[in-house]
Amino acid sequence: MVGSKIVKSVDALVIGAGPAGLAAALALKNSGIKNILVVERESAPGGILMQCIHNGFGLHRFKEELTGPEYAERYIDSARKEDIIPLTNTAAIDIIDNGKTKTVVLLSEEIGLASIKTKVVILAMGCRERNRGNIAIPGSRPAGVITAGLAQKMTNLHGLLPGKKIVILGSGDIGLIMARRLTWEGSKVKAVVEVQPHPGGLNRNIVQCLNDFNIPLYLSHTITNITGDKRIRKVHIAPIDTHFDPKKTGNFTLSCDCLLLSVGLIPENELSLKAGVTLDPITRGAVVGADLMTNVPGIFSCGNVLQVHDLVDFVSEEAEYCGKAAAAYIKGTCKKGAQIPVKAGNLVRYVLPSKVRRGAEALISLRSMGPSKNVSIIIKTDTEVLYKAIHKKIFPSIMLRIPIKQIPAGAKHVEVFFEAEEK
Amino acid sequence: MKRKLTIKNLTCIACPMGCDLEVTYTPEKIIEVKGNTCKRGITYAETEIFHPERVVTTTVRVKGARIEFVPVKTEKTIPKKLTHSVIKHASGVTLKAPVKVGDIVIKNILNSGVNLIVTRNLVCVNQKSKKRKRKKSS
Repeated sequence: MVGSKIVKSVDALVIGAGPAGLAAALALKNSGIKNILVVERESAPGGILMQCIHNGFGLHRFKEELTGPEYAERYIDSARKEDIIPLTNTAAIDIIDNGKTKTVVLLSEEIGLASIKTKVVILAMGCRERNRGNIAIPGSRPAGVITAGLAQKMTNLHGLLPGKKIVILGSGDIGLIMARRLTWEGSKVKAVVEVQPHPGGLNRNIVQCLNDFNIPLYLSHTITNITGDKRIRKVHIAPIDTHFDPKKTGNFTLSCDCLLLSVGLIPENELSLKAGVTLDPITRGAVVGADLMTNVPGIFSCGNVLQVHDLVDFVSEEAEYCGKAAAAYIKGTCKKGAQIPVKAGNLVRYVLPSKVRRGAEALISLRSMGPSKNVSIIIKTDTEVLYKAIHKKIFPSIMLRIPIKQIPAGAKHVEVFFEAEEK
Repeated sequence: MKRKLTIKNLTCIACPMGCDLEVTYTPEKIIEVKGNTCKRGITYAETEIFHPERVVTTTVRVKGARIEFVPVKTEKTIPKKLTHSVIKHASGVTLKAPVKVGDIVIKNILNSGVNLIVTRNLVCVNQKSKKRKRKKSS
């Protein structure tokens, strides 16, 4: 929309105008960086929030419960007040590292092909859904097998109903939210099938999206076959054993005309890889240090492209932190102090960032390997305990974020781990 | 005489923490709530036991905007049993762009005392789309 004003070089280029990109751009601006370009592939800013019309966003940030679009509009408004107008319908297709500067290649209907020189790139592309190909469900390949997020886009943005008799595989939050949404719109949601022995989504969503409508949740079950010629007709469901193999007994079928997949999200990092950014095999996001900067100096990463979050509030928080750090990088005012490694210990699936800075504050994100009860989360250096708190329950579906006031100057490394508590 | 006590397990939906609540109550009032982390847990237990309420979110048609549907919500929680009627009621509405966050779609919907409001800004696009069409044809 600001195509005519397109510039040749900027201080910071933010890729993605979702919650992460907008918050990062605002933080850059508030830290004194004026020449910022935000590019967005879609025709409007806001990202995935625009199709998340349910409420439950913003409790941490705004101390009130907003819907997805309301949360996004607040950031879009704040950005507009700071003269940050995302360049929409524009895809970033390449990032070239020239050392001190980067060149980002953009493609859009309005400006055609353009190369923009920038001191800093902030990756804020978000994530995408795992699909049938990612989880390899056997059976025929009929129409009607789609991801939950696509169903959400169809229903909420375009007023299209993806099906009338629906089965959902995976109990991630989007799947649960769609179970309620499609029931409200008159579809019959027959079941939610989850391979894990525990739900993938938040407890509150089990209550208000499934229990409210008596939708059965089959834990430790999977879909073993899809049948249907042109349109999906039936799914075959089986309980699984401890090795996640389907059992021979207890199988059943459900007739349906739509199967929704809510089986996880993957950070969308193809562009990052082109720029030479190293990815973490567990988070599938960039490996970042204390400033959320990747291994390529000047390229930063935040939001769901860095690690898949549960709450948008934390995306905004992370992106703000990232924007501030990127501004400091541009101005050459980065905090001093050596960076030391952070290790994931007992029961910790991953920890982020991979490094923290001696003498500086840190915000550590982590997820547990599995659910457990009565455990302490401990963060310690080689010599002292920095943080300890007892949790009654932990779930891998709930990300923990722990601020540390100061990493001691003499620390060699930091370790994060869980320890069983005696009752 | 002893009053009849009921114990029920609930999951609080006031925030993403989802505390497991154990609620003890008589047919008239709540006696005790256990397991809550904050006071919202107590309020939730009270409403959930005696008159459950939910926020309802859906979409309504909109004309003259870039997209054909705009998201809406009940401004506050409404009785759970009204949910379906609210959705049905909303599906009959067509708004005209521009619309702004907070615009009232239906005032005091189904006499619940709660307004149905818009949750997304959508500008009028008629002029722009005309311009674009002209550009393409030239």
